[in-house]
This record gives sequence, C-alpha cells and structure tokens, in this order.
Amino acid sequence: MSADGMTPWRLLRGTLVIMVAVFLLAPLAVVVIISFSSAPFLQFPPPGFSLRWYGVLFSTPAWTNALWVSVQLMVPSSIVATILGTAASYGLVRGRVPGARLITACLMLPIIVPGMITAAALFGIYRGLGLNGTLTGLIIGHTVLHIPYVVAVVSSALRVQDVQLEQAAATLGAPPWATFRHVTLPLIMPAVMSSLLIAMILSFDELIVSLFVSSARVRPVAVQMWSNLLGDFDPTIAAIASVCFLFALLVMAADLALRPGRTQGIG
Amino acid sequence: MRAVDGRVWLILPAVSLLAVAFLVPVGWLLSRAFTFPEPGLQNFALLWERPVYMRVMMNTLVISAIVTPVTVLLAFPVAHLMAHGSARLRRWLIFLVLVPFWTSLLVRAFATAILLQRHGVINSFLIGFGLIEEPLPLLYNMTGLLAGCVQVLLPFVIFPLYSSMARIDPGYMRAAATLGAPPVRAFLRVYLPLTLPGLVTGATLVFISTLGYYIIPALLGGARQQMIAQLIQDQIAAFGNWGVAGALSLVLLAITGAMVALLHVTVGLKEIAR
Amino acid sequence: MASAVLELAGVRKRYDSLVAVDDLDLALETGEFLTLLGPSGSGKTTTLMMVAGLQQPDAGRIMLNGGSVASLPPYRRDIGMVFQNYALFPHMTVRRNVAFPLEMRGTPTAEIARLVDEALALVKLPDHGERLPKQLSGGQQQRVALARAMVYRPALLLMDEPLGALDRKLREQLQLEIKRVHRERGISVLYVTHDQEEALTMSDRIAVFNKGRIEQIGTPEELYDRPATRFVASFIGDTNLVEGRVLGVAGGICEIETAAGRIAASTRTPIEAGATVFVAVRPERVVLAPVRAAGAGLEGTIVEQVFLGTSRKYVVRLADGTELVVLRPISDPPFEQAAPAVRLSWAADKATAFSL
Repeated sequence: MSADGMTPWRLLRGTLVIMVAVFLLAPLAVVVIISFSSAPFLQFPPPGFSLRWYGVLFSTPAWTNALWVSVQLMVPSSIVATILGTAASYGLVRGRVPGARLITACLMLPIIVPGMITAAALFGIYRGLGLNGTLTGLIIGHTVLHIPYVVAVVSSALRVQDVQLEQAAATLGAPPWATFRHVTLPLIMPAVMSSLLIAMILSFDELIVSLFVSSARVRPVAVQMWSNLLGDFDPTIAAIASVCFLFALLVMAADLALRPGRTQGIG
Repeated sequence: MRAVDGRVWLILPAVSLLAVAFLVPVGWLLSRAFTFPEPGLQNFALLWERPVYMRVMMNTLVISAIVTPVTVLLAFPVAHLMAHGSARLRRWLIFLVLVPFWTSLLVRAFATAILLQRHGVINSFLIGFGLIEEPLPLLYNMTGLLAGCVQVLLPFVIFPLYSSMARIDPGYMRAAATLGAPPVRAFLRVYLPLTLPGLVTGATLVFISTLGYYIIPALLGGARQQMIAQLIQDQIAAFGNWGVAGALSLVLLAITGAMVALLHVTVGLKEIAR
Repeated sequence: MASAVLELAGVRKRYDSLVAVDDLDLALETGEFLTLLGPSGSGKTTTLMMVAGLQQPDAGRIMLNGGSVASLPPYRRDIGMVFQNYALFPHMTVRRNVAFPLEMRGTPTAEIARLVDEALALVKLPDHGERLPKQLSGGQQQRVALARAMVYRPALLLMDEPLGALDRKLREQLQLEIKRVHRERGISVLYVTHDQEEALTMSDRIAVFNKGRIEQIGTPEELYDRPATRFVASFIGDTNLVEGRVLGVAGGICEIETAAGRIAASTRTPIEAGATVFVAVRPERVVLAPVRAAGAGLEGTIVEQVFLGTSRKYVVRLADGTELVVLRPISDPPFEQAAPAVRLSWAADKATAFSL
C-alpha cells in the first residue's frame, strides 16, 4: 500500500493495531498491578498497594520449594540441552553426514509433536522405570524437549559462518578440536548463549510434561501455579505470575544484549 | 579416503537421547492404541462409536478452524504496520509482540482469565460505564477460549507474515498503481498473494498449535469446549485407559503431521528460528 | 627430482559424473612460482585443494618434500594457504591472527612476538597489529593473510585466486608485493588464477588447465610464443587464427595454403601434408606491407585503424571474410588511403600451426 491517499485504511489499520496491542499487553499489565493489590481477592482496580503477596510467596514453603525445584530443573536441563544441541548442530552442519536433513527433522520432532502426547508418553514409560516424581525424570524430559530449539538457533548461526575460516585454521596447523575452540566456538557463542537462555526459560515455563511427571514433593513452579489456579485464585498467583513475567523480560533483555542485530526471531 | 567425517559422532549424544527419551516413549504410547487392553483395533472402533470421543475430536477441529482465521485477521494489520511503518515503530512493535511471546502460556492464560471474569476487568469496566447491567459471560466458554488462544498465538502469525511482507518489493505496488489498478484491487490481486507464504505458514502454525492445546481450554474454556489433549489426560489420569489415550494421540498426531506435510509441500519448511 | 618440493602423479578427482581433474602430473621446484591458470571449472582450484588436503583425490600420489601426504590432514602438512576472501579470523586482532599458526605449533611466546613482528614488517604493516580485520581495507587484509600463511616458514605457499576480490589498481599493487615477498623469502608458491595477465606477470612457470587436464606447462615466454595447443594459444594473450591446408612440412616448418594466400608456420606436433590446420599468430608479430610489395603472405584490406598511444591497431579483412588483428608500434608509418590493400606476413617461427 502506498503511503499517500490511503487515510481511511491507515486509520483502520492503526485502530486495529492499537486494539491488538492492548489485547496483548493488557492482561500482563493487569496481572502485575493486581500482584501489588492489598485486597485478598482478584479485584481490579485494586483498592490499595501492598507487597504482602510477594511476602506470602517467599515465605510459603510450597512456593519456595517449587522455586528451588524449578532452579534445580532448569539449570541442568538447559545446560545439557545446549551442549548436546550445539554438538549435534556442529556435526550436522559441518560434518558430511548422509541423511543430515532427515536427522535434523527428527531432532525437531519434540516441537512438532503436541505436548500432551510427549507428556503422556514419558509418564507411561517412567512408571515402569520409577522415574515419576523424580527430579531426574523431569530433567531428562526437559532436556529432550528443548534440544530442538538449541539445534535450530545454533545451526542457523553455523550456516551463516564462513566455512573457509575453519579451512584456513586447518591449513595453519590447527587440529579439529583447536579449530573448534579458537575459531568456531567464539564466533557462534552469542547463538549458544542465546539458546541456553531460551532453554532455561522454556524449562521454567514448561507445564504439561511437568504436570505428569511431578509429585507433591518434586514440583516446579509452573505445576504449583496450576494446582493453585484450579483451586481459588488469590493474588499470590498474580505475584508469582509477575515474577515469571519479570524473569522473561530479563532473559529477553539479556538475549537482546547478546545479539544486538537480531531484534526479530525470524531467520 | 575416509568416507564419513569424524565429526558425525558429535550428533550421537543428542540423537541417542532423543531416541531413548522421546521416540521410544511416544512410540510406546502410540502402540498402546493397538495393544491395550488387548491387541486389535477396538480402541479405534471405540473412538468411532462413542459419541463423546467423536464430539471432542470434531470440536477440536472446529475450534482450530475458528481460531485460525481470527488470529490471521488480527495479525495482518500488525504485520503490515511492522513491515511498512517507520523503523522506530517497527522496533516498538517487535518489542510489543516479543514480550508476551516470551511470557509463559500459563501466565498469559491466567491473565486473560482475570480480564474476562464475571467480576473481572472488562465486565467491571462495561458495568461501570453503564453499557451493560449484568456481567457478560466471557469465561468458560468459546469466547474465553478464543480470546486465550488468539492472545497466545498472535506472534506465531505476525512474525512469518511480517517476514513475507518485508520481502515484497515496493515496485510491485507502484507498478500496479501505474497500470491503473485502484488501491483495493491492487491490494487484493497483487499484495495479498505475495504475502501468501507467510500467511500460510502462520495459519498452519496456529492451526497445529490449537489442535494440541491443553492449558488454555482447561483454564478458559467450558465443558463444551473440551479438546483432544484434555481427553487424553482424562483417559490416563482418571481411567488408566492407555489404549484410548494412545488412539487419541495417534489421531491427533496424524492430523498434525498431515498439516505439517501440507505446509512443507506448499511453502517449503524454512527454518523459523523461534 | 631431489629439488622438487611438490610432486603430483596421476592425480584424479571426480564429482559424481563430472571429472574435475584427470590424470594430472605436476612438479614444483623449490623456490619456484608456479601458476595454475585456466577458466573456471578447469580443475585448477580442485588441484590446489587436494594439495592443501581440503579435498581428497580419488587416485594418484601427492608428494610434499619427497613424502606422501595421502594420510596427512591439512594441519599436518607443511603448507600455508591464502584464500580469495582472506579468511582472517574476525574475532582476533591482526597480531593474534598472525600468531595463530605459531601457537598451534607450540612456539614459545617470546619467539612468537618476534616472528609476528617480522612477518608484519615483511608485508609492510608493522603498526597494524592491534587492529581487527574489519578495520582494514581489502588489500591490507590480504597482506595480513599472507603474513599469517608465511610466518611459520612453510615449505609451500598455496594461493587461491587471492587478488580476485580486489579492484584493478589494488590487484596490480599486490601482484608486485607478492612477487617481492617471493623473491625476498625464496618460498615455493603454487598460485591459482583465471587471469592470464596476472599469470604472465608473476610466474616462473605456468600450467594451463582445461577441462581437468594440463594442456601445457612452460615459462610465460614459451606459452606466449610457442603455444602447444589451440586452447593455450587463444587463452593466453590475443591471437589470430587462420585456417588453411598443409602443402608440405620440412624441419618443423609447414607451408600452408589458405584462401587468401600462402603462409608458413612452425609446428610442435607431427602434421602431414594435406591436413587442415589452424595457424595462430600474435597481432604484434604480423608485418604489414602494401599489397604491391612482392612476397608471400595473405592479402587483405584494412577495414579499421585505431590509435592506441604506443601502438596502432589494424583490423584486416581477408578475401574469405576472416578478420585479423594487427598491432604495429607507433614508429611504423600509418597507412593513408581509405581502404588500402595490404599483404600480411610473419616469421615462420613466430606462428604455430595446430591440426583440427
């Protein structure tokens, strides 16, 4: 559409965009505001300002345990996913592997297969292995779920990087591991770090697999939130939701800082 | 001469983990459709015969079919403004779309629920301004479900659509104008078709995602909006009926797979980074 | 040969059904500057890649300093390589780039600093050590790449169209730089290019590639004056081609009958009387005389005269329509009439005959 002579359309477009913007951001804004409410129920606008729900959050064992479980879950799973995913990406993009495209497609499966199926499947298999209700079971599940994201991001970065740099390193006397360490890795490090952050936040937010595999004692934040939601809503939920939201913002800011040129997620 | 690069071994850990912790469990679940409680196809017969199963499956398809065009329609002006607005506006819009994108599904569903409650923000607002007397039922029905899905899935359409739009050479629209096409027709006959790859990609993503949704229908939908994923969970948690659960999973996976294949054939699966 | 730093024997390489390099034999003497010259797809780059170890031959032997490299990966061959796109590590400074191969070889730190300084001085960039590659111009980057490839004194330097990404002026400058470095260090160089002028300027010897085979190896003069095949004749420099029938051969010189007159040419391959041949002769070797002057040669008419500063270019059309280009020094008097008839002749050993 050309820039001139389209005013009624541009008005319509502008209106719709504002509506969508409100639609996308209002719920989050409301949640954050309610988390500071002094009332014990979800009233908007809140009658007064109070930090009590944050207080409840950080003093209730159910929540603090959940937060600790979440940390114990997201750190190892995201690190392992990043290492395995980066190695696989390097092998797929640089190595001359027959069927590389097929293997890559297979590695992407956890994203395509609906979460419920993966969750039910893991739950079923874990029953026989006694892995339900264990941190290990959760870590394995999360690792597998998030490897595809690492592979997608790191492969993308590797493909953009000039393979001649690695060839040059080889002719200069660098064996493969030295080439990777001194040339390839430093250059793909932003992508690797980015995928680590993505894996962490996906793990923190992950609900469905966690729902099936967790127990009363091994329960990450998302599952704790879920069980609270099915009961009564009180602003503690809003407080934890705001914390999640803040965490997401921090991670997003960190990712933007790492890769300043990429403000969009599209390759 | 070595036939295969030594680096292939780097792929092994990831692939092994995938095989053991994903392919085997999913394969096992799907096989239960044919083996629980006895070998045979009776689970599929059950799906076909029992009205509740068919209803839920049909429901799921219908819901996805409603969510998809609504999301696409709302995404279109945003993507358009992103692609053709100023650079500053674009950055703000990208930020606007990314922030909810990075926030968890649960938080956003919960937030939407707060807005739509009987005493929630929207109803309080409407009653407060005297526009209505009784609070509108916006939650635990199709409206709530639609609102939740669209909220979550908008970025999945906006980004591919933006990507397509950004690649359209402005020369085309100028040419259409000089060739005598009035703006609306130029838009419909020239611009719209050029956005098709992004549009189809986004629409397919929305459709596939909605098909498999669990959290949003559980939180925001009513009993009549029950979707396949909820049914699967029910069968396992409440009845231990792994056979039906496996069969339902197989159906869900088949439809999802078919859509992905369709997308690949029509558009080609380019890697969407996130 | 004891002094050959590089030897290729019977080397072959295919990609699916395409033969990239076919039964190649090549030897590079120590300290020699040998250029692999040819159009794209002729196999010259593939050959270089096989010497570097970045690609593997299907058959044949490659020997570096008398030892076979078949089992050696690139990082264990005594080579240095310069690429067309410089391939400088973007996240390292110039100094670190140049130091990289020394670090890989475990050279002590003090040694590294000294050698890096020396290498940078060699390419005349002593003050650029702390810059990043993106802060340098193309020409500077290539000089750093050269320093990096030479700092550890490899036995053989490989250069893959290193000047292809630079503009003309810079290219000429760097050609001289590379030659100077070659002279100062006496290093053996295997150079790949498709630019025949570049090859003629820089090389001790040139190997002309065509469709995976070497058509001729020789010094620039040999290739220019005594091309072995028609391809070499037309690829290197400008050349005229005239078709004719052989009347007789004696002592390596043929007498050839053409539609426009009788000419003579030398030949390096056996040719029989009665055979149809092409004669290749360089524009500057053709002598123009007014047609009424007696003597053998081709008869034709000048259709175009161009003043080129140090020379004059004439386009002469023969009876059968063939056009020949003649280049005469400016000291030769010009032709005044509108379309003068002329006789073209040349010394027999300055023209070559090729059978079809």
